[in-house]
Amino acid sequence: MSRRKPNSSQLAIVNRNGGPDGQPIAKRRLDFGKRWSYAPALEANSYIKLRNRYQLFINGRFVSPKSGQYFDSINPATEEKLAEIGSANKGDVDLAVKAARRSYKNVWSKMPGRERGKYLFRIARLIQEKARELAVLETMDGGKTIKESRDIDLPLVAAHFFYYAGWADKLEYAFPGRKARPLGVAGQIIPWNFPLLMAAWKLAPALACGNTCVLKPAETTSITALHLAEIFQEAGLPDGVVNIVTGPGETGSALVNHPDIDKIAFTGSTEVGKRIASITVGTKKKLTLELGGKAANIIFEDAPIDQAVEGIIAGIYFNQGHVCCAGSRLFVQESVFLNVIRKLRDRISTLRVGDPLDKNTDIGAINSRSQLDKICELVDSGLKQGAQLVQSRARLPAKGYWYPPSFFTGVTASHRIAQEEIFGPVLSVMTFRTPEEAIAHANNTPYGLSAGVWTDKGSKIFKIVNQLRAGVVWANTYNKFDPASPFGGYKESGFGREGGRHGLLPYLTLG
Amino acid sequence: MKALTPHSRSPLKTPARKRSRWRVPSVDQVMAEERAAAFTRRSIKTSAKLEGLKLVVSMMDLTTLEGSDTPGKIAFLCRKAMQPLDPRYQVPSCAAVCVYPNLVRIAKKFLEHSSVKVASVATAFPAGLMPTKLKLREVRGAVGDGADEIDMVINRARFLAGEYERVFDEIAATREACGAAYLKVILETGELQTYDNVRLASEIAMRAGADFIKTSTGKISPAATMPVTLVMLEAIRDYFYETGIRIGMKPAGGIRTAKEALAYLVMVKETLGDDWLTPALFRFGASTLLNDVLMQLVKVADGNYQSADYFSLP
Repeated sequence: MSRRKPNSSQLAIVNRNGGPDGQPIAKRRLDFGKRWSYAPALEANSYIKLRNRYQLFINGRFVSPKSGQYFDSINPATEEKLAEIGSANKGDVDLAVKAARRSYKNVWSKMPGRERGKYLFRIARLIQEKARELAVLETMDGGKTIKESRDIDLPLVAAHFFYYAGWADKLEYAFPGRKARPLGVAGQIIPWNFPLLMAAWKLAPALACGNTCVLKPAETTSITALHLAEIFQEAGLPDGVVNIVTGPGETGSALVNHPDIDKIAFTGSTEVGKRIASITVGTKKKLTLELGGKAANIIFEDAPIDQAVEGIIAGIYFNQGHVCCAGSRLFVQESVFLNVIRKLRDRISTLRVGDPLDKNTDIGAINSRSQLDKICELVDSGLKQGAQLVQSRARLPAKGYWYPPSFFTGVTASHRIAQEEIFGPVLSVMTFRTPEEAIAHANNTPYGLSAGVWTDKGSKIFKIVNQLRAGVVWANTYNKFDPASPFGGYKESGFGREGGRHGLLPYLTLG
Repeated sequence: MKALTPHSRSPLKTPARKRSRWRVPSVDQVMAEERAAAFTRRSIKTSAKLEGLKLVVSMMDLTTLEGSDTPGKIAFLCRKAMQPLDPRYQVPSCAAVCVYPNLVRIAKKFLEHSSVKVASVATAFPAGLMPTKLKLREVRGAVGDGADEIDMVINRARFLAGEYERVFDEIAATREACGAAYLKVILETGELQTYDNVRLASEIAMRAGADFIKTSTGKISPAATMPVTLVMLEAIRDYFYETGIRIGMKPAGGIRTAKEALAYLVMVKETLGDDWLTPALFRFGASTLLNDVLMQLVKVADGNYQSADYFSLP
């Protein structure tokens, strides 16, 4: 047994060639095998009533689309068809906007804030009551694990409605000395990664401020929004205050192009965001965009390493990496690099990939075939450009869309996998020596949505955070959300803030 | 239970080092507690529950450490440890019975021909405030009386005063006094104030020759908690990465229900892997836990719960 040199524990780990068990130390592995394997623990879903066909929700009623066309909604974990969803065309969108305009003029904008607040509180409570059912639906429709839809998505959905319900009658105190007025009709287009949560992020502040809404859910995840519509009915929300039009990209395009919309809020890809911006430019439409990201997660040598590894996991493997603020670029200070990599490698082999309805599943299904193809294409490019792939050996189910938790080492800033958003469970790991280098690399991206910093030194946190050009920076944690905290990006990650008092501004004019 | 045979691990020949020389990774309290809580959300059902509960029984150190302990009570405990439940349930025997040094001979008499080990607390349990010379004599006495395992306490007064090298030396000396007996080192984490201290104390104990590190004496509160155990498991993991040596872990005190015990087992499995899912490397220090686990086992096997009156007291 050789003695550890003082102050050099990390180096001691990687430099010596063998230990008492004769194994090279760098290769010494923990065994996360089959011993005491967990039996399936499936969340019950037999009571879930899926309709065969889901209609559009316009003016408080479910109506069939004018086109008469429907598209299939697929469970990405089984590739089975869940239901048919109405496809809204230009005419349907027009009906929805007209209904929203009517109820804005006649009802919602005239209603005192405290009354609007009552509806929102009621909606929030109903969401809590039906939380488990909605979580199961969210999991079946989108492929995310029941663990996350139950413990993260749904509690946050309710929290957002509760939070903004509280603002509804306090708008004059939110911006003292200013008169806050609603904008009118808001067109809101949301992505597939957090279907209900994004609906809540959009609807709750808009309604609290006195606007009416036309919501367009993502094509692959429309079902829960329509169950939310049922909750609006049950809460007695006046007809036309919220309208939901489902369909492909063209439906969204019709919404963005509609002349009687006052405000567009979009969360989704940077590519589509740019197109929306070019359509709305020169019109009266106000716009907020929440787009892609390629966040830097920076680990300093003095970080609490075991917890930082958990932060890496939370940063990139949360929701299969389908997270715009995912910590997809990991920067590790070189002195702890091998230690972090070894721990990360062992940690990803404990992640359980499979049936998202199993309460023990950590990584669910990739949302769609096309997203899986995109992930595979980018991983191939990483391999072609010479990066080294480390991948969990988790067995993937035969049917459905799956990708094992993975990370790349040997990545440089000019690799595509270091520049482009993969939007999947794939991490790019790079090293740095000085804090200046870390900051330069972290900011060297067209995006700027989020970042993470890991160090035991409080002073270092403040010094680094102030130099990072990102909307949200987490210190010694990652992917934490709260309705009271504003969220939004720099540069190509968009503009406008959602959440908190800041989240009211995009839905108000201040006089 | 082959792996349970005590092996003699000599202390690392590390010279006493100055306070500043001990460096261990820092621990972030918020994230450590969050991670520990995540293990409680695993859902362990049916076959996994049955297998897990049996594993828990086999890892149990049935413990009685009262001033009022009698030979009769030791007899109860030993009999229960050897055969916790009617043979038709196929429940394994417990790992050990843990008693005060004066009662080692009595326990040994009952357990001599069984797979159940005799463990004895020593080194001026629970406070550890006695001259080292006397502590070592106590250890030798307990081993001489037949103890297979020694549960020592570290000197928290020295540790908190920053005299780490003296803590190290005392553990190393105890290791030598143990001879062939297993050494479990109790950190008494409830007195160590911070997770950073727990991490450091674990490191010192492992380097000084501990076979097991153990959270608590059970005499002060808080005793074992999931985050404290996690921090110690992470210390064990780093030690394994560095040396290839597998150190055992024993949370003790405060674990009373089968559900909690399964959560600990999940934590071990997902932190250190399959190698540690054995009584040779993981133990529960408890006594009230046993009957709750047995109750659950009977429920899984027979389909209904029985009241506590149907389970013999340990």
